[in-house]
Amino acid sequence: MPRIIVEVMPKPEILDPQGKAIVNALPHLGFTEFSGVRQGKRFELTVDGEVTEEILQQARKAAAEMLSNPVIEDVVAVRVDDEGDAA
Amino acid sequence: MSVETPLIGDFTAAPAQSRLAGARIGVVTFPGTLDDRDAARAVRLGGGTPVALWHADQSLHGVDAVVLPGGFSYGDYLRAGAIARFAPVMDTIVKEAQAKDTSAAALPVLGICNGFQILTEAHLLPGSMIKNNHLKFICRDQALRVENNQTAWTSQFTDDEIIAIPLKNQDGQYVADDATLAQLEDEGRVVFRYVGGNPNGSRNDIAGITNEAGNVVGLMPHPEHAVEAGYGPDDTTGMRNGTDGLTLFTSVISSLAGATK
Repeated sequence: MPRIIVEVMPKPEILDPQGKAIVNALPHLGFTEFSGVRQGKRFELTVDGEVTEEILQQARKAAAEMLSNPVIEDVVAVRVDDEGDAA
Repeated sequence: MSVETPLIGDFTAAPAQSRLAGARIGVVTFPGTLDDRDAARAVRLGGGTPVALWHADQSLHGVDAVVLPGGFSYGDYLRAGAIARFAPVMDTIVKEAQAKDTSAAALPVLGICNGFQILTEAHLLPGSMIKNNHLKFICRDQALRVENNQTAWTSQFTDDEIIAIPLKNQDGQYVADDATLAQLEDEGRVVFRYVGGNPNGSRNDIAGITNEAGNVVGLMPHPEHAVEAGYGPDDTTGMRNGTDGLTLFTSVISSLAGATK
């Protein structure tokens, strides 16, 4: 079944408290090479049938109006994830 | 106050006869709402008549004002308040709060904590809430300055009055872009500001704001938990005697009942 992937990230200018907590915790496990972490969300929208341009457009609208809050988040990707895509 | 104090948990019976009881204040319950009973009791103690409203019911049953209480509507899934915004009852509240499709005056709406988050998701108030900057859940008594006593919910406070009410949340950090913050400040729409230290990283120490018309107010701390001596914050008269939160309810109830300030 084809899926549409929507990725949402906190806006760059908004402090991401969760990402900050993660980056501070990483060195405790020996991961010392990462100077920053930002945590976002990934949504997988399943479609029964083919993903038409119209359906993709609906996904973009849903991403902008419901899956993200434009005050604090950016939609960074809305893309088709075909079967066999190992993403 | 001459109103007889009702028993805890009892808010269904009619209050003592009073002209204020004519003010009917709706309290909305969503799945996951926690503080609806406390809010209804605060309305009772303020002299008004609480009316239980249900998220799936579009009708406001003729209420004169609405409280969106605190809690974790829909488990805070997606974002705090994000799913509640799409509840049928919210369609009506958004319309009446903006006085659209009606000739009546704009409906006074108070959003407390999760209710404030719902109001921002519904675009009745600008900005949004993100996790507290220290990532911890806070539960404590919080001092606030009332910076706007011209709203429907704050008319009985004095100018710059300092009050204390409980604060309890995890996603309480108010954020908005610089242009929005400047507009809120310029137009005097910051209603409550944290004093004695910023508890959660909120921009400009903002604890509560109002819309342009002053009928919609949202705040993160909980006035409905400071309405009854014995159960509120400590104050100068004794332990847990603080009832500063009651003034939000009496403000709207008095004006709805046609009383003068």
